[in-house]
Amino acid sequence: MAEHILLRHRDIPNIDRLEVYRQQGGFEAFQKAVASLTPDAVTDIVKASGLRGRGGAGFPTGMKWSFTDRKNWPHYVVCNADESEPGTFKDREILTGNPFQLLEGVAIASYAVGARVAYIYLRGEFWPIARELDKRIAELEAAGLLGDKLFGTEYSLRIYTHLGAGAYICGEETALLESIEGKLGQPRLRPPFPPAVGLFGKPTVINNTETLANVPLILQRGAEWFRSFGTEKSPGVKIFSLSGCVNRPGNYELPLGTTFRELIMGRGGGIAYGHKIKAIMPAGNSSSLIVATDEALNTPMDYESVPKLGAQLGSASVIVIDDSVDIPWLINKTVHFFRHESCGKCTPCREGTYWMSQLTERIAAGHATAEDVALLKAVAGQIKGKCFCALGEFSIEAVLSGMDRFKDDFEAKVSSYE
Amino acid sequence: MSKQVNLTIDNQAVTAAEGALIVDAAKKVGINIPVFCYHPKLEPAGMCRMCLVEIGRPVIDRATGAPVMEGGKPKLQFGPKLETSCTTPVSEGMVVITNSEKVKAARKDVVEFLLTSHPLDCPVCDKGGECPLQNLTLAHGPATSRFLFNEKNHNAKHVPLGDLIYLDRERCIQCGRCVRFQEKIAGDPVIGFYNRGRQMEIVTFSEPGFDSYFSGNTTDICPVGALTSADFRFGARPWEMKATASICTHCAVGCNLAFNVRREVGGKNGSPSKGGIVIKRALPRQNEAVNELWICDKGRFAYQYSESPTRLATPLVRKDGELTPASWDVALEYAAEGLLGESKPGQAKDLLVIGSGRLANEDLFTLRKLAEGAGGQAALYSQSGGGDLLAQVGAAPGTNLASLGKGSVILVVASDLHEEAPIWFLRVKQAAERGATLIVAAGRPTRLDRYAKYVIRYAYGEEAQIVAALGDSPRRAELVEAAKPAAAAKPAAAAKLVEAAKPAAAAKTVEAAKPAAAARLVEAAEAFGKAENALVFFGSDGLGQSGAQSVAQACAQLLAATRHVGRPNNGLIPVWGRANEQGGWELGLKAANLQTALQASTTAYIVAADPYGDDPSLPAPSFLVVQELFLTETARRADVVFPAQAFTERDGSFTSGERRVQRYYPATPALADCRPDYAISAELGQHLGLKLEGRSAAAIFAQIATEIPAYKGLTYRRLAETTNATAIGAAKDPRDAEERRCADLYYSGAGYENTQGLGVQLPLQTLSPALSKPAAAPAAQLSKTGLLAVPVTQLYDLGQTVLPSALLRQRIGEAWVGVNPADAAEAGIEAGAAPAAIVQVVLPGKPEWRAAARIDERTPRGVLLIPRSMGLPLNAPLPGASIRPVVRRDSQEAASQQPA
Ligand SMILES: Cc1cc2nc3c(=O)[nH]c(=O)nc-3n(C[C@H](O)[C@H](O)[C@H](O)COP(=O)(O)O)c2cc1C
Ligand code: SF4
Ligand code: SF4
Ligand code: SF4
Ligand code: FES
Repeated sequence: MAEHILLRHRDIPNIDRLEVYRQQGGFEAFQKAVASLTPDAVTDIVKASGLRGRGGAGFPTGMKWSFTDRKNWPHYVVCNADESEPGTFKDREILTGNPFQLLEGVAIASYAVGARVAYIYLRGEFWPIARELDKRIAELEAAGLLGDKLFGTEYSLRIYTHLGAGAYICGEETALLESIEGKLGQPRLRPPFPPAVGLFGKPTVINNTETLANVPLILQRGAEWFRSFGTEKSPGVKIFSLSGCVNRPGNYELPLGTTFRELIMGRGGGIAYGHKIKAIMPAGNSSSLIVATDEALNTPMDYESVPKLGAQLGSASVIVIDDSVDIPWLINKTVHFFRHESCGKCTPCREGTYWMSQLTERIAAGHATAEDVALLKAVAGQIKGKCFCALGEFSIEAVLSGMDRFKDDFEAKVSSYE
Repeated sequence: MSKQVNLTIDNQAVTAAEGALIVDAAKKVGINIPVFCYHPKLEPAGMCRMCLVEIGRPVIDRATGAPVMEGGKPKLQFGPKLETSCTTPVSEGMVVITNSEKVKAARKDVVEFLLTSHPLDCPVCDKGGECPLQNLTLAHGPATSRFLFNEKNHNAKHVPLGDLIYLDRERCIQCGRCVRFQEKIAGDPVIGFYNRGRQMEIVTFSEPGFDSYFSGNTTDICPVGALTSADFRFGARPWEMKATASICTHCAVGCNLAFNVRREVGGKNGSPSKGGIVIKRALPRQNEAVNELWICDKGRFAYQYSESPTRLATPLVRKDGELTPASWDVALEYAAEGLLGESKPGQAKDLLVIGSGRLANEDLFTLRKLAEGAGGQAALYSQSGGGDLLAQVGAAPGTNLASLGKGSVILVVASDLHEEAPIWFLRVKQAAERGATLIVAAGRPTRLDRYAKYVIRYAYGEEAQIVAALGDSPRRAELVEAAKPAAAAKPAAAAKLVEAAKPAAAAKTVEAAKPAAAARLVEAAEAFGKAENALVFFGSDGLGQSGAQSVAQACAQLLAATRHVGRPNNGLIPVWGRANEQGGWELGLKAANLQTALQASTTAYIVAADPYGDDPSLPAPSFLVVQELFLTETARRADVVFPAQAFTERDGSFTSGERRVQRYYPATPALADCRPDYAISAELGQHLGLKLEGRSAAAIFAQIATEIPAYKGLTYRRLAETTNATAIGAAKDPRDAEERRCADLYYSGAGYENTQGLGVQLPLQTLSPALSKPAAAPAAQLSKTGLLAVPVTQLYDLGQTVLPSALLRQRIGEAWVGVNPADAAEAGIEAGAAPAAIVQVVLPGKPEWRAAARIDERTPRGVLLIPRSMGLPLNAPLPGASIRPVVRRDSQEAASQQPA
């Protein structure tokens, strides 16, 4: 099996110890960057690698870094380790298994955008991880790898961890910034975007944990090396968090462009208990439901191909649904999640998720009429395209696709009632 | 003028300033886009999604930068989604569609969503009838509900956010207007959202709850009945009430108000069968040059004094030592005889007439005429001074704080504006936020400091010198010397100016700070000199009459020397304690030293003032006539008492601190036997053999306009003029008033559009040469023994016009004295104790007084802060004060110190 790039702890024991990580060439990339490369040169390498954000939207990382406003200082880097999407559990494994690679990635990103302070924002439940990270940051400072005047230059960098308080919305980058500032976690009006006006009103780059964990090796081994994995437009590897009705759920680090079939049937060992695969949610709870046809299973998992199935790759948390699952039951779950997590800032999401949850509850329980089903569809359609941020738009993905693609399940529910 | 861009809204060509929001640009051409969370005075939030529109933008060719053409027209690209017009700025060539089926459907959708969580209890809702949600539901919402009735979300309906404001949680549509108002406009972020999703609610973080002088405004801009004021709550329905234009009487800002009244049983003069007119609430009336859309809570809640049951209702005459009711004829006759005494009509040299700034221009003018005609003296009842200078250096016509920004300087001297004139605080703060350089010079920290570029601290008594130092260059040169590091070791004399009074022991530690302070003063002076426009406010913090007089003089000279007079947005603004003190000065009354003035008189006629309440030690005249609303301490000593009408019962005009003459109108009928002040004075004059105009305020105003040069040519009609610039959207909507009011309701709130007059600012006289010469201001000679007690103002005090408001009473709090921790320690008083330590305040020549000690650094060393009208009469700084600990008792005792 190929060597891991992100989940290197699976190949190299104790890489979560600084001396082991350094034996593997750890922090050489950061040192090289600070001592011998200009920030722009670092950004250019990342641009050339074609690395795209792993937080969901797949935005080119190098390009994001180059957007930071150079007329407004200081700059900040924020690592998004909120990892709250149901079905996503990849960042946690990096944070616990291979933490120094992430910290080095944060450090390199900070140097590239001229930030002297960086934050790692972790979901509240990750407090034990944050405690470990704090210790590791202290170790790095003791080793002269973080702190003032690094490697004999004028460059200084401090990294701080910050814990959330249990809100999914705080994974959204601007709500996250509000949260770090000590405010209520609600998204900000955009524009301006964080690279122009971010944390404490200053230019800020926010990247997902996995995104940043890629950076040290890109610097060490070069953009070309990175491009040797994955596809032309989606280069590199990706950690797929596989869960649901499969035999071997877990994180799988595979090149982008690997097919669903390879992940689910190959790595994941297929469907449990002899059931048949029914649907796939490639982006966790925020997914549309893909009907698990042969064509779908043969589709490569990358940022360009998945949309052709009427879904998004998102954070690549692949939830497998088998034929024992009732789709109305499923969407009742997703809708309840969004109702619970809606921040309340905008009307369609705040009121719409609440309303939808009342309807899905009744539909799932088999206490609904065809009218209720039609109403659910209308309400979801009413939310669509009107929300302040993506959470509200996510909340209807499974609803609309589920109702559209699994009509029979809904009809069965209704007719059993009527 | 800023760059203009051209766009199309619903096929209308529109030109708007670059950066303007679509919603405002549309409003200007009469297209009302419905909004809930947007408010033209607040930062856009984009929360409610009601204002969604279709927006098309010209496609630009990347290579050439020119728009791509298609069939002779620029090709447009419409986004896949509707966009919020309240957050999107206009741009060149933009096409906005606000009336398509798609947009209409979106509005319907959003309204439907809002209503799913809304109780729809309009029949019992205060907002019903003037409710944006109600109106916009009718206009855009669905006709029926698709939401299951019993799946509705229910929440608490009577949540007190504080003493003044209640929250109905289930009516709240989470628009955040209230939160943004408090944070951005008031600068009091004491409320906010808590929790998320459907559970998100407004909470208060302050103790006491919703602690802000501006809280009432949130009830006007709340687009539903979620926020209501404790006094109006369940009080009346909007359609039952009529609105009357008025002017707030509580400070010199002159905020424009509207009183809402209705007829009800128990109303004034009402018989059980017919009922009488009652004021139900006060609302702001828009005047963009005065109060914009806001009023402070004192203006909103303290009008009740006019309806207080303790009002004087009939004339009183002293008979056998007792004040007994009498007829007007008897009282007038008796008063005239008494006032004249032995002297012949026209030669009553010993008569002193006193009127206060609570009176209208028409009243004060009549009082002066009466005094002159009778041969006596007239005085303005004021603890301040310097008003005579304003005719030359006052704010020039055209001055509007809203137009101050970059390039302007605002200097605030000796005033805690937040306490003395809240709306000026708010507008000065906003000017500073727009980029105006704010200089705050005060003897102690004030709320305005945080918005100031330069904060200058002086020792009480040195106010005028500091102002002089800001203007006069030799002195500044001296300060530059002092600011140099070399001079730090032996501070120059001038550096003392910026040094708070500190005893020798403490002086060493602050030595190091002096050069910085001096440098700050120099920088501030330079900024002031260079500024394109400069406004100066002077207040009453720690000042008495003579102190205020010299500060005003110094300010006038500073303005004259730096040529900041006679042009709009330049000049001096006095922060008088009463609404019409400026009118008094303009009409020829001067503040007098009452101790000497009363000593020199044998008879006195005191109108709308309570000098004996403020200072019981004043000499008593042998015959005293008092004209009042209440039986004040002064009235109790009178031989004759005339009951006057409250300002809500009559018309008249006030002249504000910005020299704006504004009219007010009767809101309720008068108490049966009360008369307007001018009419009483005119009749009294007749009994003294004088011919005074007293038929109507308008007739007197006409006389003022012929006799007083500054008021020349003014008429009541001119004061009642309005311009198109009043509606927030600037151009007035051409459609009928009812529809406009409906659109303005959701756009800007329940406050009233101004249709009864914006007032007129008085022209300035030419500057007398004497003012242009800088004269060194002498420092007030204050003895250094003991502590220096200085009077300071707090907004809610025990004054006659505040106490009758049951609501504000709770906010007044206990009597307090500000003490520096070091002085407290020397006096053996424990700091930080809860409840606060009660101390005995001993002032030479004054009755002893107990108050709760506020021990912190906000009071400078060596100083005692004594709030005005809180029980201890102190009209000017007084040295030789001391404090003594009182054996600790509970706070109940402290509260009982307040007169009931
Ligand atoms: C509701 C919502 C939740 C999100 N949660 C996360 C999250 O938990 N972790 C994450 O990295 N990005 C999350 N994102 C995406 C971030 O907003 C942001 O796009 C991302 O952190 C950018 O990093 P990248 O460019 O490296 O992908 C979320 C976005 C939304 C709208
Ligand atoms: S869509 Fe609106 S309510 Fe939902 S999370 Fe985003 S901002 Fe909050
Ligand atoms: S807030 Fe408006 S819509 Fe709501 S109950 Fe009151 S009047 Fe009716
Ligand atoms: S209380 Fe009123 S103003 Fe405040 S958020 Fe709710 S609806 Fe808006
Ligand atoms: S979103 Fe525009 S008015 Fe609320």
